[in-house]
Amino acid sequence: MSEEVIVSYLASAIRLSVPLLLAALGILFMSRSGILNIGMEGMVLIGALSGVVGAYYFGSAAAGVGFAVVVTGLVGLLFGFLVITTGADQVVIGTALNLFGLGITTVFGRSLLGMGQEAVRVNGIPSLRIPLLSDIPYVGEALFDQNVLAYASYLLVPAAAFVFYKTNWGLRVRAVGENPLAADTLGVRVHRIWYICCLIGGMLAGVAGCSLSLGILNQFTENMVAGRGFIALSAVIFGKWTPLGTMGASLLFGGADALQLRFQSFGIKIPYQFMLMFPYLLTMVALAWFSGKSKQPAATAAAYKSLADRNG
Amino acid sequence: MEPILEIRGLVKRFGSFVANDRLNLAIRQGEIHALLGENGAGKSTLMNMLSGMLEPDEGEILYKGKPVRFGSPREAGSAGIGMVHQHFMLIPALTVAENVLLGLKQDRSPFFRFKKACAEIRELSDRFGLDVRPEAKVSDLSVGQQQRVEIIKTLFRGAEFIILDEPTAVLTPSEVKDLFRVLRTLKEQGKTIIFISHKLQEIREICDRVTVLRLGRLIGTHSLDGITPADLARMMVGRDVAAPVRKAGIVSQTNRLKVTGLHASESGVPVLKDISFRIREGEILGIAGVDGNGQRELSEVLFGLRSKDAGIIELDGEALQRQQPRSMKEKGVAYIPEDRHKEGLMLQMSVEENLIAKEYRKRRFSKGGIISRRRMRECADEQIKSFAIKTSGASVPVGRLSGGNQQKVILARELMLNPKVIVAMQPTRGMDVGAAEYVHKRLLEASEQGCSILLISTELEEVMALSDRIAVLYKGELLGTMDRESADRDRIGQLMAGIRPNASFAI
Repeated sequence: MSEEVIVSYLASAIRLSVPLLLAALGILFMSRSGILNIGMEGMVLIGALSGVVGAYYFGSAAAGVGFAVVVTGLVGLLFGFLVITTGADQVVIGTALNLFGLGITTVFGRSLLGMGQEAVRVNGIPSLRIPLLSDIPYVGEALFDQNVLAYASYLLVPAAAFVFYKTNWGLRVRAVGENPLAADTLGVRVHRIWYICCLIGGMLAGVAGCSLSLGILNQFTENMVAGRGFIALSAVIFGKWTPLGTMGASLLFGGADALQLRFQSFGIKIPYQFMLMFPYLLTMVALAWFSGKSKQPAATAAAYKSLADRNG
Repeated sequence: MEPILEIRGLVKRFGSFVANDRLNLAIRQGEIHALLGENGAGKSTLMNMLSGMLEPDEGEILYKGKPVRFGSPREAGSAGIGMVHQHFMLIPALTVAENVLLGLKQDRSPFFRFKKACAEIRELSDRFGLDVRPEAKVSDLSVGQQQRVEIIKTLFRGAEFIILDEPTAVLTPSEVKDLFRVLRTLKEQGKTIIFISHKLQEIREICDRVTVLRLGRLIGTHSLDGITPADLARMMVGRDVAAPVRKAGIVSQTNRLKVTGLHASESGVPVLKDISFRIREGEILGIAGVDGNGQRELSEVLFGLRSKDAGIIELDGEALQRQQPRSMKEKGVAYIPEDRHKEGLMLQMSVEENLIAKEYRKRRFSKGGIISRRRMRECADEQIKSFAIKTSGASVPVGRLSGGNQQKVILARELMLNPKVIVAMQPTRGMDVGAAEYVHKRLLEASEQGCSILLISTELEEVMALSDRIAVLYKGELLGTMDRESADRDRIGQLMAGIRPNASFAI
């Protein structure tokens, strides 16, 4: 294979990994604190739409990202309110959020941005070529000729690792995810930790959505997330709830997605629908193989009413 | 001596139930004060109010002469009151240092300084002789060590007043000795300790004074000089308590259950190694040992809940192939599981449904797959009466019953089968003196009628009181079987800690 083919494959693998990684990091924050967010798919969809809407009405991609982060941050807090304060079942709320996300983005996508060929196109997030680094053969161009969100996602991985393992707040997040009661008896404000993690998760969902709509297609299309929210959830599990592992898993799944696109363009005589299945199949196999061996935070999806509230 | 903590007219209600009824109590600075009472006497409620987990409805708490009111454990902790819960409040996936530091700010810095924390914890650990390695992961520690981590947690937060809730319930005899050594060091350094327990011997050994609670009321506070265990038991239960007595002698020579060379493993790790024993008709074989040494696995293999790797299990001389719970039940094996809530009962379902849960397929209760509710009710009423199960009716969810009564439901269900063998795993775990006495009585009755019982318990007293022969399980091995006459506490205690004597025992 020529260098060109390999470089273009790597570049597209990374481009497709970025939304997964951003969404997965959002899930990771929630998951380490013990909140199971299967509604990520819906959150990312809302983020993707708000990004384009923001970019269209405010006139710049940056404003679009900012708008999306605000919107999905609010969605994250709403999710938090439902599962934390009212104690609703996290699986039910997550499922509802997915359905809600699909419905509301379809409605507002059509009414605000039009549909089909007439759908609004906006200026996407431009690529930013980093001098010197991008000249490294093979990986240089793939890694360092991407848009700002991609670079942000690279930096978020060590940042998340630092927060989780080197700060007091990160220790509290991990502790709450394992045993909220124990954390509470030590004076950790469990609900506050959960709300902050939901907020972070929501905001990252917005960025993830923008990396799809503004970073890759420059427009919004219905159900454009296409299961990536769920794949991100798998990436967290596959990555054993660590930032680095999550990144590895995101790259694997993103790479599979890119490979599937390559296969289609090679003109192999297999119906393209089967090609489309490849990343999802890989996700299933990876999960079936690994999830038994990794340990999720012990208090995942457990409702908890804080001691102080019980008294009041 | 000056009281460090005083309670005046403290009342706590849950709905219409009065858990603590006008309690008055004064704890002296630097003493080890025992709090004694049966389950449901209100010990935990009282301690939860002192440690900020609950707020009192009436009355006041004076700490160091000042009235205090704690809205949360954090407030109690910063006042200097720490609590070591019976079920540890530890996070197994984290290290000792992380568990200790959780919720604190080191020098107001947002960063977690692992090395500095470790050094501070080591210093504290040395000062009080706690012997805990701060770098270790909590899940790798023994139960005794985990308890010491809990003590360090309170000390690290500057606790002057430490409450220990049933601290010896989970420990081996030698770990109990270590704990008492630590408690004496704490006392020497001026800490005040409340020691909750229902083990009278231990209270006599370590405590200065004792307060007895019964049904939410305070019965009295006494100095431990000149008070006998029998006095304490009477105060606690409200009547004289007779210890169960096993009548020696009349055991037949016929083998009922014979196990030879039993091996089992859990994901490749051996959990049972070459276990052999026999139980004769009407005999009780007690298996002592510290929790987690294969007791659970042994009982599960015997009842067919877990597959064995090798070995022969014979019942009345017939070797059992591929045993499964249902076939074991049909063959007359009853099973009292360790955890009533998780395995023994369906808590949401009614008492009557739980009672017939092993017999519902019999013609007596169902025809063509349809259960006769009338017969179920008749049977349940009969059992409720015969076992004196306290419930407001047969249709009440079993989860609403007290622990002792739940155990009676299990006992009734299993004995209803007229079993040949009972595998009883911790049959009185977490039960108070009165309820435990009843369970023991029924088990002894069953054995007198010829039923063979495998009694697995971590309570040495229980094993020694009931068994005809006693074996010790240590790391999946049966270390020796001895007759009750030749069994003494020290010897069993050593075996429980894995110290093998040179002499070998006959099996």
